[in-house]
Amino acid sequence: MYDVLIIGAGASGCAIARELSRYELSVCVVDRESDVCEGTSKANSAIVHAGFDCVPGTLKAKLNVRGSEMMPELSKQLDFAFLNNGALVLCFDEAQIGGLEELAERGRKNGVKGVKVISGDEARAMEPALTDEVAAALYAPTSGIVCPFELTIALAENAFENGAEFRLGCNVTDIRKTDSGFTVLTDKGELEAKAVVNAAGVYADKLHAMVSTQPLKITPRRGEYMLLDKDAGGLVEHTIFQQPTKMGKGILVSPTVHGNLLLGPTAEDIDDKENTATTRGGLSEVRAKAGLSVKGIPFGKAITGFTGLRAVGDTHDFIIGECPDAKGFVDVAGIESPGLTSAPAIGEYVRDIVVGILSPAEKSSFKSERKGITHMAALSVEEKNEMIKKDPAYGTIVCRCEGITEGEIREAIYRPLGATTLDGVKRRTRAGMGRCQAGFCSPKTMALIAEKLGIGIGEVKKNGVYGSEVSVDA
Amino acid sequence: MREFDLAVIGGGPAGMAAAISAREAGIENIVIFERDTRLGGILNQCIHNGFGLHTFKEELTGPEYAERYAVRVEELGIPYELGTMVLDISKDKTVTIISPSRGVETVKAKAIVLAMGCRERPRGALGIPGFRPQGVYTAGTAQKLVNCEGVIPGKEVVILGSGDIGLIMARRMTLEGAKVRAVVELMPYSSGLKRNIVQCLDDYGIPLMLSHTVVDIKGKEKLEGVYVAAVDEKNNPVPGTEEYFPCDTLLLSCGLIPENELSRSAGVALSPLTNGPYVDESLETDIEGVFACGNVLHVHDLVDFVSEEAVRAGRNAAEYIKGKPANPGEPVEVIPCNGVRYTVPSRLYTQSVTEGVHIRFRVTGVYKGASIVVKCGDDELFRRKGRIFVPSEMLDVVIKPEKLTGVTGRITVEIEEGAK
Amino acid sequence: MIRELTCIGCPMGCELTVEVENGEAVSVSGNTCKIGENYARSEISAPTRVVTTTAISEQGRPVPVKTAGNVPKSKIFEVVEQIKNTHPKLPVALGDIIVPDAAGTGIDVKATMTVKE
Repeated sequence: MYDVLIIGAGASGCAIARELSRYELSVCVVDRESDVCEGTSKANSAIVHAGFDCVPGTLKAKLNVRGSEMMPELSKQLDFAFLNNGALVLCFDEAQIGGLEELAERGRKNGVKGVKVISGDEARAMEPALTDEVAAALYAPTSGIVCPFELTIALAENAFENGAEFRLGCNVTDIRKTDSGFTVLTDKGELEAKAVVNAAGVYADKLHAMVSTQPLKITPRRGEYMLLDKDAGGLVEHTIFQQPTKMGKGILVSPTVHGNLLLGPTAEDIDDKENTATTRGGLSEVRAKAGLSVKGIPFGKAITGFTGLRAVGDTHDFIIGECPDAKGFVDVAGIESPGLTSAPAIGEYVRDIVVGILSPAEKSSFKSERKGITHMAALSVEEKNEMIKKDPAYGTIVCRCEGITEGEIREAIYRPLGATTLDGVKRRTRAGMGRCQAGFCSPKTMALIAEKLGIGIGEVKKNGVYGSEVSVDA
Repeated sequence: MREFDLAVIGGGPAGMAAAISAREAGIENIVIFERDTRLGGILNQCIHNGFGLHTFKEELTGPEYAERYAVRVEELGIPYELGTMVLDISKDKTVTIISPSRGVETVKAKAIVLAMGCRERPRGALGIPGFRPQGVYTAGTAQKLVNCEGVIPGKEVVILGSGDIGLIMARRMTLEGAKVRAVVELMPYSSGLKRNIVQCLDDYGIPLMLSHTVVDIKGKEKLEGVYVAAVDEKNNPVPGTEEYFPCDTLLLSCGLIPENELSRSAGVALSPLTNGPYVDESLETDIEGVFACGNVLHVHDLVDFVSEEAVRAGRNAAEYIKGKPANPGEPVEVIPCNGVRYTVPSRLYTQSVTEGVHIRFRVTGVYKGASIVVKCGDDELFRRKGRIFVPSEMLDVVIKPEKLTGVTGRITVEIEEGAK
Repeated sequence: MIRELTCIGCPMGCELTVEVENGEAVSVSGNTCKIGENYARSEISAPTRVVTTTAISEQGRPVPVKTAGNVPKSKIFEVVEQIKNTHPKLPVALGDIIVPDAAGTGIDVKATMTVKE
């Protein structure tokens, strides 16, 4: 019997696990995928939103601003990439400048610091690649960018180190209320827990319906993206948004923390919770709309395209709280944008709810710091040579595009909650994320994974999608 | 700091041939940096035959061709460092390397030959929509898995792109027991050699679908199949022509890109037409003493031509090291015109030319009964009629030095079309 | 009967026109060298190919191999099957015979690479 079972190992689930691991609680995170960060958390804009476009008074507004405040310090504690690069929201029509003013006002009400409306020329002075059509812009200096994989993996690893258990490749099929809590049925057997946290992303409504009759509907909103080579990463410095519409924040153009250029997302509400395919129409929409904001985007430098599903709730706000008709069952649903930004704050918020239910004692042994995987490219020559002297594997470059060594890949595979798939290695080290998209490094990375798992190279999987045999039960 | 007369970046066919020719031209202090664990580069995974007809007058497999050069490197005692990746080259020809045995080290060279080869165009660059499942590989990655690791990626295969690696892999997968359903080519002609269409596709009854492309990829975890559609003249898919091919493997053979990240960071000027450095007739880039050859310069069709080019690069690097005077006069620009996609070199120092000047290029389409014409203004420097010119073939013309005497300004290379 | 062939003798890929009588080539045109004529004659009467593949060594590493000469096209899969069932012990040197007289063709299969461990 666990004290808390968290369903979903995305950014929210892992942040909650980390916060709960501060307490004398037995915590278990289950996910149907064989790795953490396999759903919405892995395919989004990677933005730490300043918090100016949430409606004041909403949970979104509160958690966005809190999450954004937490991120710089958290990135140091947990050793993940974060950059405060600022954002511009572009307005293309003089008549719409009032909308920017409204946004700025919202931002001030939400407690966002430094937001101001600037002219088109001022915006172009900050970002010379902006198109001539830009009439004005909202400048938000506190906006940032983050690596969503590193963030989620760091939260998970830190939770793990503090005692949280992870059952991956474990799909929840049903939940039953019992006298002492819940019996959670999975394809890998039954689990018992006093409290359950439903952080299942686009499937949060299905899980909710297993224990509650209260209506809750999650609509997957498909967003397609294009990622461009690092050659193109310097085109803009700030995250460039377009004035928001009903369907979301429009198409953004943003550098990533690793120096690529990200374009997207489209916004299309769909029924299929598994449909993460890109489409010809979607990708051409990304190209067309991104071109409205920024001149001279070298679309020929595209290295990949991907699709994420945002979990859109029917209340237009995050739906976080204990189910009135299922005490001990906490929904963390409708975590669409700014979900990634809010994740650390969602962790705190849900921690308080669970602590309210179970009244646990705080641990004295909690370790708030986590050391990430060595990043050779970021080290000084002396530091590199020290690493190579200790372990020559740090002198062998496997991924030539990103300059990732065998030592780094081994770390990713052998550390707790380590990678078991090519995508797992890619998200932890960036091996395979560069311009050749794993063409050169795959065979070697596969061999390293195979060696650890004791399987043939041909059995190594690219991804950890539900149904794969590889699992990393803690 | 270790100092070398010549540092050769890459120990594939280009690097080995350049090092050998520099040594034969009298340069003693040479080093080859190779990232892999043996010399030979991509030839080691090209286990099929068809290499060496020009160089050795016999048909060799890739590893055999590589081994002949590797043996020569050994015979000449040319030092090479394996497992060594070059991290950076700077304008003053310092080279930063990393290896398990030496760690990170900066070395100095009087001259550098760039011979890093090329990489394959990945799916993302092609913009093929759909899911991103396991089972989608570039043809070269699959080739490495099959030939070097003994791993067969799948049983039912569709190949997009009819580049030579794709054609070779169609046969390779067939011999390994897989069913290759089709090779799909966007263009109305194949980008591979004709002999490979015969002996890799026709021999095994594998259909080649010209003017078709993959428009959707199905399967979330594992590849389940692809939709193939015909394309119109503008290469846009024609609605209603989609055909579903169940498959567990999709191989992409859609072009090679010279790998010039090191050249770029060194400040070498790159041509958007070749994605390789701009060079003159001595294969010197715009940085004095930095030469380029092989697929890093432009993508070749045959390794024999890589070797031949590399021999020239190595020899010219040797001349440079020995103190050849700077090029006199202004260069003559070489301009690709009608039907010519690019030229290598892109400029000639006509006053220093003492031997025939190679101009290599590819045509932009299929030309029958046309002529290659090289002109300076109205003066014809070269003319050759051919039965057929195809984009898959790298063309090579040699301009006699006497023709270049007194030529200034620019010369043009064009295809003069015959009857279509 | 006239047959059109593409010569595979070298990368030029000459388009050959072959006049065939009683299953034999009586005249060949379109070739630019002797290889083309020879190819056409054998392709009409008894087509042959060089086979290249890998033999998986005892130690698991693939060893690239080729038939030392042309084998009948009809025997390709038989030759490949025999190579598949052969597991040479490393080290192997370039030119080592991996399968003698492959599939009864009289042609040996040889290693095309020196593979140590």
